[in-house]
Order: sequence, then structure tokens, then C-alpha cells
Amino acid sequence: MIGSLGQPILFLVAFGFGFGSIYAKAGGGNYIDFLAPGIICMSVLFTAMFGGIELIWDRQFGFLKETLVAPISRLTIMIGRTLGGATVAALQGVVIFLITLCIGFRPTNWWLLPIALVGTLLIALIFTALGTAIASKLDDMQAFPIVMNFLIMPTFFLSGALFPLDGAPKVLQWIANINPLAYGVDLVRGSLTGAWHYGFGLSLLVLVLVTIASISLGSYLFTKIRL
Amino acid sequence: MAVKHPKTSVVTKNISSEIVIDVKNLSKKFGKFEAVKNISFQVKRGQIFAFLGPNGAGKSTTIKMLTTLLDPTSGSLSVDGLDVVKNQAAVRNIFGIVFQDPSLDDELTALENMHFHGAMYGVDKSTRKTRTEYLLKYVDLWDRRNDLVKTFSGGMKRRLEIARGLLHHPQILYLDEPTLGLDPQTRNNMWEHIKKLNETEKMTVFFTTHYMEEAQRVADIVAVIDHGKILTIGTPKQLMTETKTDNLEAAFLKLTGTKLRVEEAASGMRQMARMWGRR
Repeated sequence: MIGSLGQPILFLVAFGFGFGSIYAKAGGGNYIDFLAPGIICMSVLFTAMFGGIELIWDRQFGFLKETLVAPISRLTIMIGRTLGGATVAALQGVVIFLITLCIGFRPTNWWLLPIALVGTLLIALIFTALGTAIASKLDDMQAFPIVMNFLIMPTFFLSGALFPLDGAPKVLQWIANINPLAYGVDLVRGSLTGAWHYGFGLSLLVLVLVTIASISLGSYLFTKIRL
Repeated sequence: MAVKHPKTSVVTKNISSEIVIDVKNLSKKFGKFEAVKNISFQVKRGQIFAFLGPNGAGKSTTIKMLTTLLDPTSGSLSVDGLDVVKNQAAVRNIFGIVFQDPSLDDELTALENMHFHGAMYGVDKSTRKTRTEYLLKYVDLWDRRNDLVKTFSGGMKRRLEIARGLLHHPQILYLDEPTLGLDPQTRNNMWEHIKKLNETEKMTVFFTTHYMEEAQRVADIVAVIDHGKILTIGTPKQLMTETKTDNLEAAFLKLTGTKLRVEEAASGMRQMARMWGRR
């Protein structure tokens, strides 16, 4: 867990303090306040997807085979794995949140913290399920760098985690509109800092729908696994 | 249960005539490729049955079908009278399996791995506790029960997997290359455990191996499969007589030829695992 904290903290410190003064000069306010929720979501995204993808290794060398021959349904196993992976990812987000408090970030309304937590949980569920769905189709780890570069990174960078979507070029906004993480970031950022882009209702709705869809997809593909 | 012949004093195993695994005309096709071609065999309760064959012969595919991991293309498979395809959950309760590649959770202790298995197989708490203690002591791992599995050697992991596979008191134990990569002492020790279980619990053992001398020593019946077809089934002695050889390995080579075989596709990942020391 400690090792995986490195990247988010690095982003937080380097970008936060690095871009801080320019961002403020441009009229954006405190960049760290803006960035912190984005970094929280970043760590949740990465941890969740890695957790889901771990399935590939597990297929050959790990515990998965043991679960597949046991007299329990594939669906039960899938849900168990997803909940487990999502819990770890969400906890990771909480840890990052505590770290942001250490460098000066303060939520504007502590009462809305549970909403941020819900957002974190939904992101964790969505991407653990997606990671599992992808891993169900892959046979070996060679596809992993491709997934990393063409899926995880774009999802993160084009979600409004690092820059506000409000003034961004139309193309970036459109891409963000179909990116589930963008709504997750909005829910977390909105509840922690009051800076909404999509708004509470829309973000929550989209997240819940995508959660249901990705768990369904992940379950379907998982039950189709043939060792 | 051993029985001594009254006249000759030869000790033979009293194997019941009850058939516990019944395979009839089993076939498996992957697209155009026919991995298993219309094979039939029967395993009696209490037998130690060796399933031998070169790489790519169809052994793993057959075991996967027997253990509900793959559906057959045609033919019938029944275990303890139950159709394997139609009664997956019930059949899974009847067997335990030790895979070729480790399937333990390295980040848990030995005891936790046993606990998890018990939970998945619906073994009630008190039975699970007593049986876990019994089985771990049986395989000499009771002292290490609270140690993380990642600290275990290959042989210890294999012994733990055997103990775990037996937790739900299965009637059949499948072993896929159980002694691969183990030193002679551990191999000998493992087979002693398995033979003892076979004798005392009348547990049927179905295994694959490349160690022919082991198969010769422990197996009651040997089946040889190649190119998806069963070449012959019989006691080790019968096979040696049939091929006019004096050991099972020579008999096997005579039956399957000495041409080299292509290793399975998983070897790429195995090499990676060895490199990174996860094996």
C-alpha cells in the first residue's frame, strides 16, 4: 500500500505547488484545493484497475483456480472480488485524502464528506469491475502495458482531475462527458470544495448507472472464463 | 484395506468393484482442433489411477472436463453416478484437486487458506477446526500454521494444497503433476501420505505425472493417452508385459514414441514467473 502512494503524492506536490502560483494568477484560486480531489480519484482509479487486472496473474498462478472449482457460483466469486478490490481502492483514496489534509487542503463543508466517500466507492466499484472485465478476456500480461497507456492514462488525464473542464476546449469536454471518472471527480470535488461542473444530481446518476453496467459486464465476462 | 490371500499370502488391495469415475466416448474440440478424441475409461473406488501422456496429449483437457472447468463437446462424464455437466455444484463437492501451478493465497497463513477453503465448501466451523488440525498435522505443517504461505518452500506449498484439497472430505483426489519440481525426499514423503490416505479412507486418487517410476510404484491402474486417444489401460505390470519392457518409462516410450513434443502455451507465463521468483 505504501508503494502505491508514491505516484499520487508526487503529482500532488509537483503539480500542486508547481502550477499553484500560475493557476492563482489566472484567477483560478487555490490550485491545491482544486487538485486534491482529482488526486484522490487518481489513486482510487489506479488501485481499482490494478486490482481488477490482477486477475490475469491469478488465473495462472493464484487463487482463482481454487475458487473456480469450488461449489460456489461464478457470480458470487465475481462480486466478492469486486467488493474486495473496491474496498482496497476506496481505502487508498481515504489515505490520500488524509495526506492532502497534511499539506494544507481543507474541505469547505465537512458535512458533505460522506458524499465524497460515496463518489470514491462508486469509482472504485466501476473500475475494479472494468479491470476484471478486461482481465477476463486476456490470457497473459503482455497486453497490460497497452491497457495502461491507452485506457488508464487517458481516463485519468481527460477527466478534469488535473484541470477544470469549465473553460476547456470543446473536444476535451466531449471526451470528459463520456468518461465515468469525470463524473466521479465532479462528485468528490463538488462535495469537498463546492466546485461543481456537472452537478450533484447528474454526477451521482451517471455513476450509479455506470456502476451497474460495469458490474454486469464484468460478471458476464467473468462467468465466461475458461482456464 | 489390504487383504492377505489365504493360500499364497500375497497381500493385495481390496478394491471395490464400484465405479466412481465413468467416462464414455468423451470428446473435446477447440474450433477445428480435436484435443480429446472419443475416449472411454472407468476408475473404481479406492483405485490409484495414473493418467499418463506426452505434452499436448490431452491430459489437462481431460482433467479440466472431469473437474467442471471445461464442458465436453460430446460424450458422457459421470462421477459417483452424477452427470458432471448437469450437476456441477454437487460434483465439485465430491472431489478435491491439487493443480500443477500453485493455487494458494500467498498473502494468507496456512490456517487462513484452510479456513477459506472450508468456507467455500460449506464445511461447518467445528468440523473445519478439527479436520484442519488433523490434516495439517498429517502433512507435517501444523507447526507452521500461522506462517504466511509465501514463506513456504515448493514442497510445503504442495503439502498444504493436499491438506486443503482434503478438507471437505472428498471421495476423489485429482493431482496434476503433484511432485513436479520437488526433491526426492519430499516426493517420497508426499506419496507416503497419499497412499496412507488411499488405504485408510478408501479415497480414489487420479493423477498425472511425468515421473514414470513413481507411477510404476504407486499406481494400481495406468492409462496412456496420446494425440487425444487412449492407447492402453492396465496395471503397470500389464503394460510392461505388453511392450516387452521391464519398467514403465520404457513401456511408455515404446507406446508413444521418442519424438519430441510441443510444450503447452502456458510456458511463457511460467518462465516469467520463474524469472520473478514467484514460483
